[in-house]
Amino acid sequence: MALRSLRLPRDLCKTLRLLHRTPLQNPNPYSPYSPSPSVASAYPSLLQWRSRSDAAPQIPIKESGEEGKGGSGSDSFASSLNPAEVAKFAAIAETWWDSEGPFKPLHLLNPSRISFIRSTLCRHFRRDPYSARPLEGLKIIDVGCGGGILSEPLARLGAAVTGIDAVEKNIKIARIHAASDPLTASIEYCCTTAEDLVRLNKQFDATIALEVIEHVADPSDFCRSLGALTAPGGATVISTINRTLRAYATAIVTAEHILNWLPKGTHEWSKFLTPEELVMILRRASFSVEEMAGVFYNPLTGEWSLSDDISVNYIAFGVKQAS
Amino acid sequence: MRASLSTILIKRGVARRSATTILAQNVVRGRGFCNDSAGSGASSPHNVEKTLDCEESDRMKGRPAQCDIAIVGGGMVGLALACALSSKQLTKQLSVAIIDNNPALRSRNYLKKDNIPDSRVSTVTPGTISFFKEIGAWEHVQQQRHAFFDKMQVWDYTGLGYTRYNARDVGKDYLGCVVENKVLCNSLLLSLLKEDYQPIIYPARLHSMTFQRKSSPDGISIDQEDTIKQNLSGKASSGNNTMQQTQPSNSVKLDLSDGQGLYAKLVVGADGGKSRVRELSGIKTTGWNYSQSAVICTVEHTAENHCAWQRFLPSGPIALLPIGDNYSNIVWTMTPEGASHHKSMSEEDFVKSVNHALDYGYGPHPQSGSLDHYVENLFSGSRFGAQSTKEGFEVPPKVINVVSERMAFPLSLMHAYDYASKRVALIGDAAHTVHPLAGQGVNLGFGDASDLAKIVAEGVLLGADIGELSLLKKYEKERKAANIAMMAILDGFQKAYSVDIGPVNLLRAAAFHGAQYIAPLKRNIISYAMGEQKWPLAL
Ligand SMILES: Cc1cc2nc3c(=O)[nH]c(=O)nc-3n(C[C@H](O)[C@H](O)[C@H](O)COP(=O)(O)OP(=O)(O)OC[C@H]3O[C@@H](n4cnc5c(N)ncnc54)[C@H](O)[C@@H]3O)c2cc1C
Ligand SMILES: C[S@@+](CC[C@H](N)C(=O)[O-])C[C@H]1O[C@@H](n2cnc3c(N)ncnc32)[C@H](O)[C@@H]1O
Repeated sequence: MALRSLRLPRDLCKTLRLLHRTPLQNPNPYSPYSPSPSVASAYPSLLQWRSRSDAAPQIPIKESGEEGKGGSGSDSFASSLNPAEVAKFAAIAETWWDSEGPFKPLHLLNPSRISFIRSTLCRHFRRDPYSARPLEGLKIIDVGCGGGILSEPLARLGAAVTGIDAVEKNIKIARIHAASDPLTASIEYCCTTAEDLVRLNKQFDATIALEVIEHVADPSDFCRSLGALTAPGGATVISTINRTLRAYATAIVTAEHILNWLPKGTHEWSKFLTPEELVMILRRASFSVEEMAGVFYNPLTGEWSLSDDISVNYIAFGVKQAS
Repeated sequence: MRASLSTILIKRGVARRSATTILAQNVVRGRGFCNDSAGSGASSPHNVEKTLDCEESDRMKGRPAQCDIAIVGGGMVGLALACALSSKQLTKQLSVAIIDNNPALRSRNYLKKDNIPDSRVSTVTPGTISFFKEIGAWEHVQQQRHAFFDKMQVWDYTGLGYTRYNARDVGKDYLGCVVENKVLCNSLLLSLLKEDYQPIIYPARLHSMTFQRKSSPDGISIDQEDTIKQNLSGKASSGNNTMQQTQPSNSVKLDLSDGQGLYAKLVVGADGGKSRVRELSGIKTTGWNYSQSAVICTVEHTAENHCAWQRFLPSGPIALLPIGDNYSNIVWTMTPEGASHHKSMSEEDFVKSVNHALDYGYGPHPQSGSLDHYVENLFSGSRFGAQSTKEGFEVPPKVINVVSERMAFPLSLMHAYDYASKRVALIGDAAHTVHPLAGQGVNLGFGDASDLAKIVAEGVLLGADIGELSLLKKYEKERKAANIAMMAILDGFQKAYSVDIGPVNLLRAAAFHGAQYIAPLKRNIISYAMGEQKWPLAL
C-alpha cells in the first residue's frame, strides 16, 4: 500500500530530473527558479483543471466597475460560468470520492484547508475551537462544491451547509455520497451558480469557494456575488493558485511537457490571481482580507500543511464589512 | 484534445481502486438507537437513555443499531481505547460499542487485595502509567493490587556475570510496576463508566462483518442516485436529523454471535492474537513460533520481594516479578515438552525446580559484573549503562509455594502487515504479539490505543469520516514505526533509535539479547528491521 503510493511521485521525480538535463525542454530557461520535482509531482492533477481554451493573456481584474455596488440590481450579476471549465468537471465527475483518482490533490489538501477554515471561523464567530461541532448553527455556502469533499466535513463540524456547483453530475455525486452518513445527509445540494442565488436574495454566515475562482468567467464579478451572498458581519474563505513563476514552471513542466495533457504554451497561467489581486477584488466586493496562508506540500512526508509560503497555493479569509 | 484529456482522466479513475463506494442496496435502513448522538447533533448527545448491555427497544424490535466506533474485544487494550476516547473532549461524543462476552466486563467494583494474585500480569512502563493517569484509570489501579519495583537483576547460568539496576541510580522512584491483567481491565472499565459517559457493551462475540460492496471501479455510479435522492428532496437546509432514513452505506455491518447486528463507521479489532476482525478484513500477518512455551504462575515467598529478577538458562529465561505482599509472578520460558512437564508435576517438585532455576541450578553465582560489561556494550550510549554495577549480586528470594494454577502457552511473534484497512483498525495483540518476557507485551498495545484515540480526535477536529482510510493510515504509520523501533531495541538495534521506554526494557532487551537461545527470533527480527521495505525504516 505504502509502496504503491510512493511509486508515482518517485517516477515523476525521475522524469523531471531527466527533463532538466535537456535544456530545450525547459519551459523557462531564463527563470532563476528551478521547480522542485516533488512539488511539481504533486501538482499534475490540480493543474489539469486549468483552462487551455484561450491562450491570450487576460487581465483578471476589471479596470472599471461599480465598486461597492454589489447586490443592488440583479442584472449586475453576470454569469460566472466558463463553459470549457464546466465541461471538464463534468467529464470526471464520477471520480470525486476516489481519493486516489484525479481529485487526489484536493483530498490531500483538505485537512489543511479545513484547519484554516475551522480556526478562522471559530475566531470570527467566537466559537470554542475545542468543540467537536464548533460551527453548529452557522449557515455556510460552499460555492463550486464539486462532489462535496469540503461540504461534508463542514457539516460534520456542525454547519448548516448548502453546496452549489455548476455541474449537475457533481451535485448528484455529492448527494449520493452525503446520504451515506446521517451527519452529512442534511447538506442541501443544488445545481446553480452564485449569481443565481443572489437573484433569490439568499444570504449566508459564510461563503466559501475553494479552488473555484480560477475557473470562473470573471473573478471580480464572482467575488461581488460572494459579497452579496454573505450576510453583514459574515465571512468568506477563498483558495486558489498564485500566478508566480513557481506555479508557472510547475504547470508547464508537469501538465504540458511530462503528462502531455495540454498543448504547449496554452496555459491560462495569466488568469491565476496573485494574493494582492485577490485582496483587491475582495475589497471591491466589500470584504477585508484578515488572514492568509499558503498551503505547502512537503515532499518528505507527502503531506500538505499550512505555511507562510503563498507562492503556489494559498487560502484567504475575509470579513464582510458593514456598509 | 479535450476529449483526450477526459479519456486520460477517466482511465486514471478507473484504474485505481475506488476509495469510497456507495452501496445503495443491501443495506438495512435504520437509524441509531442505542445511542443516537451520531445523528442528533452535539447539543444533546447524551440525552438518550443508555444501558450497559444494550437492551433497548429498537434492538428488541430487531433493527440493527448504529454506532460510530465498534471496539471488538474488551480486553486491556480495547478498554483502554474506549477510555481514551471517552476522556477527550473531541471524541467523547462519539457513540462507542464494545463487543465482548468476557464476563469480567460486568465487574463494577474494586477487586479485593487479599485474594491470591492472578498469574496473568503485566509490567507497565512509565509511559503506560502516564497514559493511564491521562485517561483516569490509574487512580483505580492504585486502589487495587499493584507492585512497584525499584531493583532489577539480570544474570545468566554460567556464572560469568550479572547486572543489577536500582531506580535510584537512574534518578527514578521505581523501574516499573507489575499489575494483574484483570486489575488493569477493571480499572479501565471503572474509569470508563463515568456519569456523563457510558459506552454500550454487547456481551457477544463478533461472528462476521459485511463491508460495503464496491459499486463500480471508478467510484459512484450515477444510476444509484435515484434510489437515494428521495431522501434529500424537500429537506430543510438546517440539520433536521430526526427520523432519518439514510442508508448507513458508510458503515460496516457486524453480525454478533447472539444474532444481533450492528453498524459502525469504524471497527477496531482489539480481539487479541487470534483476531477475528483481522481475519475478516483479510489482513495478513507474518511471524513465527519460537518452539518455546512459557509457564506462568503465582508463587509465594517468606518475605516481600521488591526486585524483578531474570536469569538466563540454557532453555530460556526465567523471570520472577514482584506482585505485592509475599507474592511473585513467574514467567518461565522453556521447550513445549518442558512446559507440559512443569505444568503437570507436583507442586513440591515445581517449587524445587523453580528454586533450582533461580539459584544454584545450572551453575555458580556470578562473581563479577562481567555480564554487565556485555550488556553495556549492547547499550552503549544508553544512560543506564554506567551506573549499574554498584551493587553486589544477590540471590533471589526462595519460593516456598506455588499458589495459582500453572498455565503454559506457546510463544510466537506475530505482526500484521497492515494495522488499518478501510473502516478497520487493529490494536494490541490483534496487530502484534511479542515474546512475553517480563510481562511487557501489552505496553505496545496501550501505545496503539493512545495513538488511535489521538488520530480519531484529529479526524473529528477536521470533520473527517472517522472510518476513512487516509485517517487510519496515519495511525498505522505512527504505530508501525514505534513497534519496529521496539523490535529493533529488543535485538540490540536500539543504538540507532533513541526511544525512551524506561529501564524496565533493559531487562527484556538483555533477555532477548542473552537469548541467543532464541535463534529464529533474532534472525527474523533482523530481517524485519532491515528487509521490509514496507516499513519506514530505511528513510
Ligand atoms: C495465555 C496467555 C498468557 C499471557 N501472559 C502474559 C503475561 O504474563 N504478561 C504479558 O505481558 N503478556 C502476556 N500475554 C500477552 C498479553 O496477554 C497480551 O499482550 C495482552 O493481553 C493484549 O491485550 P489485548 O487487549 O490486545 O488482547 P487480549 O487480552 O487477548 O483481549 C482480547 C479480548 O477480545 C475478546 N475477543 C476475542 N475474540 C473476540 C470476538 N470474535 N468477538 C468479541 N470479542 C472477542 C476476548 O474475549 C478478549 O477479552 C499472555 C497471552 C496469553 C494468550
Ligand atoms: C477545482 S473544483 C473545486 C471543488 C471544491 N470546491 C473543492 O475544493 O473541493 C472546482 C469546481 O467548481 C465548479 N465550477 C466551475 N465554475 C463554476 C461556476 N462558475 N459556478 C459554480 N461552480 C463552478 C466546477 O464544476 C468544480 O466542481
